[in-house]
Amino acid sequence: MLGRLTWAAIPFNEPIPLLTGAAVLIVILAVLALITIKGWWPYLWGEWITSVDHKRIGVMYMVLGLVMLLRGFADAIMMRTQQALAIGDAQGYLPPDHYDQIFSAHGVIMIFFVAMPLVIGLMNFVVPLQLGVRDVAFPTLNSVSFWLTASGVLLVNASLVIGNFARTTWWNYPPLSELAFSPDVGVDYYLWSLQISGIGTLLTGVNFVATILKLRAPGMTYFRMPVFCWTALAANMMIVAAFPILTATLMMLILDRYLGMHFFTNDGGGNQMMYANLFWAWGHPEVYILILPAFGVFSEVTATYSGKGLFSYRSMVLATLGICVLSLMVWLHHFFTMGAGADVNAFFGMMSSIIAIPTGVKVFNWLFTMYRGRIIYTTPILYTVGFMVTFVIGGLTGVLLAVPPVDFVLHNSVFLVAHFHNVIIGGVVFGAFAGYNYWFPKVFGFTLDERWGKAGFWCWLIGFWVAFTPLYVLGLMGMTRRLQHIPDPSWRPLLLVAELGAVIIFCGILCQIAQLYVSIRTREQRRDVTGDPWNGRTLEWATSSPPPAYNFAVLPRVETIDAFWHMKRTGRTQIEPIYETIEMPRNSGTGFVTAFFAVITGFALIWHIWWMVIVGFLAAAITAMVAGWSDEREHAISAEEIAQLEQARSGLGQPAE
Amino acid sequence: MRRALTAVVAAATATLGGCSQGILDPRGPIAWAERLLLINSTAIMLVVVVPVIVATLAFAWWYRASNPRASRQSTEDYEGRIEFVTWSIPALIVILLSGVIWIGSHQLDPRAPIAANAKPLRVDVVALDWKWLFIYPDQGIAAVNELVIPAATPVMFRLTSATVMNSFFIPQLGSQIYTMGGMTTHLNLLADAPGEFPGFSAMYSGDGFSEMRFVAKAVTAADFDAWVSRTRGTGPALDADAYSALAKPSEAVAPATYRSVEPDLFQHIIDQTVSPPGKAGAAWYPPTQKAGG
Repeated sequence: MLGRLTWAAIPFNEPIPLLTGAAVLIVILAVLALITIKGWWPYLWGEWITSVDHKRIGVMYMVLGLVMLLRGFADAIMMRTQQALAIGDAQGYLPPDHYDQIFSAHGVIMIFFVAMPLVIGLMNFVVPLQLGVRDVAFPTLNSVSFWLTASGVLLVNASLVIGNFARTTWWNYPPLSELAFSPDVGVDYYLWSLQISGIGTLLTGVNFVATILKLRAPGMTYFRMPVFCWTALAANMMIVAAFPILTATLMMLILDRYLGMHFFTNDGGGNQMMYANLFWAWGHPEVYILILPAFGVFSEVTATYSGKGLFSYRSMVLATLGICVLSLMVWLHHFFTMGAGADVNAFFGMMSSIIAIPTGVKVFNWLFTMYRGRIIYTTPILYTVGFMVTFVIGGLTGVLLAVPPVDFVLHNSVFLVAHFHNVIIGGVVFGAFAGYNYWFPKVFGFTLDERWGKAGFWCWLIGFWVAFTPLYVLGLMGMTRRLQHIPDPSWRPLLLVAELGAVIIFCGILCQIAQLYVSIRTREQRRDVTGDPWNGRTLEWATSSPPPAYNFAVLPRVETIDAFWHMKRTGRTQIEPIYETIEMPRNSGTGFVTAFFAVITGFALIWHIWWMVIVGFLAAAITAMVAGWSDEREHAISAEEIAQLEQARSGLGQPAE
Repeated sequence: MRRALTAVVAAATATLGGCSQGILDPRGPIAWAERLLLINSTAIMLVVVVPVIVATLAFAWWYRASNPRASRQSTEDYEGRIEFVTWSIPALIVILLSGVIWIGSHQLDPRAPIAANAKPLRVDVVALDWKWLFIYPDQGIAAVNELVIPAATPVMFRLTSATVMNSFFIPQLGSQIYTMGGMTTHLNLLADAPGEFPGFSAMYSGDGFSEMRFVAKAVTAADFDAWVSRTRGTGPALDADAYSALAKPSEAVAPATYRSVEPDLFQHIIDQTVSPPGKAGAAWYPPTQKAGG
């Protein structure tokens, strides 16, 4: 009846997951009770859960990413504590089977359920506004994408209390992840949560490529698009190119595990290195899927706060597209040590270092954008400067690792761990935080507190270096990654310093929570009545903060790059608008319902509950088909209504007395 | 500028080099060459990276809005010459590095034999859950979690795994290489002088991974011969039954030796692909026990 699922799946004898799970469950129940008592369900359902508005979906992605950041960080600090304790004779507080789940979950969560939602959330909110349009190409599909990502999150977190998570690292390499070596449900949780959320991500890619190629404000040619839109286009083209590889690869592993096939097994003619090749054929583009939009954020932030156009826009576009293409040709540098010949290694080493050229050009462009600018020091520009200094070091260590013989001694060491945290924290995370601070007033209509924001920045920057410099050194001293127990007592001081760094980063997170709390408390004083708090350059600042559901009452006409800057200089913002009827997409429960049944299907597949697989899959498929056949997807807002709404909104900006 | 760079590199090397073990304390020609490559590549890149960091901080400071002495420019006039420079600088560095990569990859190819006067020693390495088996095919002996080699003698490793993927690594001797079931990889190392060097698996392989360590002992040629004859006289034989017992998963295994080894054991382990799907750590079955082919 319930497949492999029995009471034994609940970790009654393991206090850490049990208590954490219980606490999370209590918080969730409390929130649900509060919503019920306050009668917020209709609002939540009508305004958020079924919303197909790209702005709402963007906010939900960001909330998802930030909540999962807390989960992923909890894993991180547990690992650092274990490595700081379990040295020499001491065994620490986490046995291998628990520790191994934690680092696997940390990697999966941080890449798939923190970095991706943060980046996709920013793209969702910003891209249609910057393009001067009213929504993405396929709004309902966008909602499906989000809820499928949330389904993946739910499944990964369910593994905390029902069963266990994978102990096979975030790469999930076979043969360790094959049934012969990992017979329990952990790997199945990994596989199905990534399959389900991966479909969501692929749909996002399709949606945004279509949006950017086909929906732009009148006059916005490709070379008038803001750089963030270019980076979003590149990232989404890479999603479309790379995510199917991941889906196919994981499906082959699923066939091995569920139907006894031999794609990647030790025996039966399987080839484990084929998994490694395919995984990184997705995995390397993936890191650029994350970093390119972050580069886009830094470009917008640098130009805005320097009060100056971005230096060498065409170089920036060319570099972005160059990285997009090159990133598909370097995957082998993740396993130079598999014993390929010198020619193969040298080729991929050279290709990898070539990526440093367009990346270097970008750094120079930000540098020359600041040159002779008038830099206003806000939290986003601090993150940008912090990023530039941090990222070039990460780039240096990255190119080092691209030299095959150097990789032979640094591969899988904590030097490598320090390198990719250097580029992911220093690049993607700082980019997400810069974007969060930069666009927050556009999203909610009030600015974030600068003092707490800056305190958060300094904690993150200092914390990062205190946490990861010791790992660079330990890597050179021969410490490999994923050690549950440290053999060499002389490494203790550096491991303690790394632990301190994690604590400083935690202070940064607390500052950010305080920033949000203080800002909400004092929101009336920090209202953005202009819609343009930073003297912005691109079209998202041309509408009010927050924008109306239809974004622009009248679509802007674009004549140059930095379209809004140009409008402000020529006074075109003051023209009396002529309103026309706007067709907006209707709310749709399709995303939520499909995802609900996707969770049921995934859970049933993990636990081998076959009848439930059939029910869940059919229900999800029928929901999607019903949505596909429905004709009433849009509702019209008449010109009079718009005029009234605009009238009301022009008064809305006033601070409440 | 160059003197300052040299000083920085030297200071960093001195600080790190003071640590015993690790890749900054090489004890063989491969490790020496790799450390040199590490330092050279870092120095090449620092030539650009240091000025960029300094310029970033300087620009960020000088062009702050509150600085009345900074000159400003609000229009974005287009400067093709600067653009040429921004592409050229990273391109030149990468061209230089590409040369380093090409030459380094060929010179330090793990398959390439090391030239030396001594006759090379052959060692076959098998990764097991969670220990290392070293077979000396020419001596007909084997050891677990202890690798004894003669110093100043090239060692030619053939490596495979009877379980999941692992990576064989002795940092002070240089290059690591994957061990993979059903496949053979090749590695050549040499220890300059007698000494004891930590070795381990550098690829996570499951619960016992952290303790999957061994000591590589480089000894004089005479001591090596003495060790071989001593080993031949003591301990059990590594036949099919002993191997089956050894292949069962175990953690933190103490070093041990075998006085003899079944011929072609290494090849049998590689040929595991013809055996039925194994249980954890026992993927290979001796031919007599093989069921169903």
